[in-house]
Amino acid sequence: MTDIKSAPAVKIEKIHKRFGQLDALKGVDLTIEQGEFFGLLGPNGAGKSTLINILAGLLKPTDGQVSIMGHNVINAYQAARMSLGVVPQELVFDPFFNVREMLRFQAGYFGRGRENDAWVDEVIENLGLTDKAHTNMRKLSGGMKRRALIAQALVHKPPVIVLDEPTAGVDVELRQMLWAFIKQLNNDGHTIILTTHYLEEAETLCERVAMMKQGEIVALDTTANLLSKLPGKNLRLTLGQENLPITLLPMLKNGVNGIFTLALTELNQIEYALSELRKANVNVHDMQLIEADLEDVFMSLVGEQVAQQYLQAGER
Amino acid sequence: MNIIDDLISPQWRGTYTLFKKELFRFWRVAFQTVASPVLTSLLYLLIFSHVLENHVQVYKGVPYKAFLIPGLIMMSLLQNAFANSSSSLVQSKIMGSIVFVLLTPISYVQFFIAFLAAAIIRGFLVGLSIYLVAICFVDLSIVHPLWIFIFALLGSALLGTFGIIAGIWSDKFDQMAAFQNFVIMPLTFLSGVFYSIHSLPPFWQAVSKFNPFFYMIDGFRYGFFGQSDISPWMSFVVVLSFLLGLAWLALKMLKSGYKLRA
Repeated sequence: MTDIKSAPAVKIEKIHKRFGQLDALKGVDLTIEQGEFFGLLGPNGAGKSTLINILAGLLKPTDGQVSIMGHNVINAYQAARMSLGVVPQELVFDPFFNVREMLRFQAGYFGRGRENDAWVDEVIENLGLTDKAHTNMRKLSGGMKRRALIAQALVHKPPVIVLDEPTAGVDVELRQMLWAFIKQLNNDGHTIILTTHYLEEAETLCERVAMMKQGEIVALDTTANLLSKLPGKNLRLTLGQENLPITLLPMLKNGVNGIFTLALTELNQIEYALSELRKANVNVHDMQLIEADLEDVFMSLVGEQVAQQYLQAGER
Repeated sequence: MNIIDDLISPQWRGTYTLFKKELFRFWRVAFQTVASPVLTSLLYLLIFSHVLENHVQVYKGVPYKAFLIPGLIMMSLLQNAFANSSSSLVQSKIMGSIVFVLLTPISYVQFFIAFLAAAIIRGFLVGLSIYLVAICFVDLSIVHPLWIFIFALLGSALLGTFGIIAGIWSDKFDQMAAFQNFVIMPLTFLSGVFYSIHSLPPFWQAVSKFNPFFYMIDGFRYGFFGQSDISPWMSFVVVLSFLLGLAWLALKMLKSGYKLRA
């Protein structure tokens, strides 16, 4: 039997999942250690949600083994589920109950009794739900429903917390509040697994990242290592109303509202870019040299076309 | 309920919580789930007894009004036990909130017990309410209270189980409504709620004996009058057999995760 203290938070071994003819997961292997803040990235259809649903016991794998804190999700599903809190992507709720009732029911499903009520109240307070504790779930705004969903995942004090796109459609203020709270949970020893469309979030928060594409993990490393694999930098030019010279288009990464980002493979390309701008009589209002980010790594690994779709979905 | 909360062991607290949540769910909308079926049954009683009181006597010494009441109680009890488990499951599947239960350590047997117990309680509550209101207007004897209890329990358990199966199978409200309108309703109306099957032609008498609802209502009625179309023991065996068969199917569906865990 695996010692829970030394067991990985999540161990995924050769997981396959087939839906008819579709291979949604093609032998995924992944180990997440206790206390990690881990990011799972990938475009729609990459298999992230399928993997999370297998972890949560909502889907059965076609082949392979998954354990949470050393407990197999099939053979020891009760212990595995006690160790896991999942924040689903969709804003689902039970329309018959208020926030406090719903959280107490959720704790009860995990065998927690009245001794857990103080923790439920603490979660309510920490997520800024105190004023809404007696409000029916139906009457909450989208942001408040999202907070309540996070609270539901925490009521049984799980050591591993999975957040599936927790900030989708959430305003900036709430997003900051949620991340501060989740970072605190991580500091307190909880393992956090995050899927997000906001790559800057993953870059800021996650110590390690797995990038998925078509049911496979195409990159798995610390965020710092992944970023260091791309030595290039970006040159961001603010040109106002003027257009970028045609000769610089091969280097163009993106251009929005007169701000153009050029991907540089070598620093001496700066001089070339500036000379082309001078030749074309284009005035540069501002210029910044920026390190490559997770978005660049993502684009280079999953292909520019799917990466653009993914990023656009994140902006919505 | 707080005292019970403390007495329940942590292993069974999940089951008890799910049962309690299901009770609260229907109680929050008690006008729709309890008061409405009671009113409907009383309207049936008022209209049918008024029209047929002097024309029909099914059992010797039993006025038609009194004959009608056990059938109406059982009909509502069965329909509401079915409605409780089926509508809760379909609604939570469509809204996605079923995930809150599926993510927990509650086993498939515990899941079944919690939904079934809540369905039985709603069936009993509706049935008891109809009985209490009806005896204000009609003199109704009780000859074998144990048979009444046994058939109420078996009937609500059978329909609660059928509701679980229908709730798991249905993906939409209209699929569940099809169960209610094309299975439950015809079988109930053709089971002897309003008549004795002895008043039917021989062919339809034989057909009625393939209807499990007939045995539930006939056995239940025996408890009130000590008279029935067939032996209550025969009804007991038939209803228990149907219950065990449906419970096996429901548990098999839950264990395999059919339409719940792909």
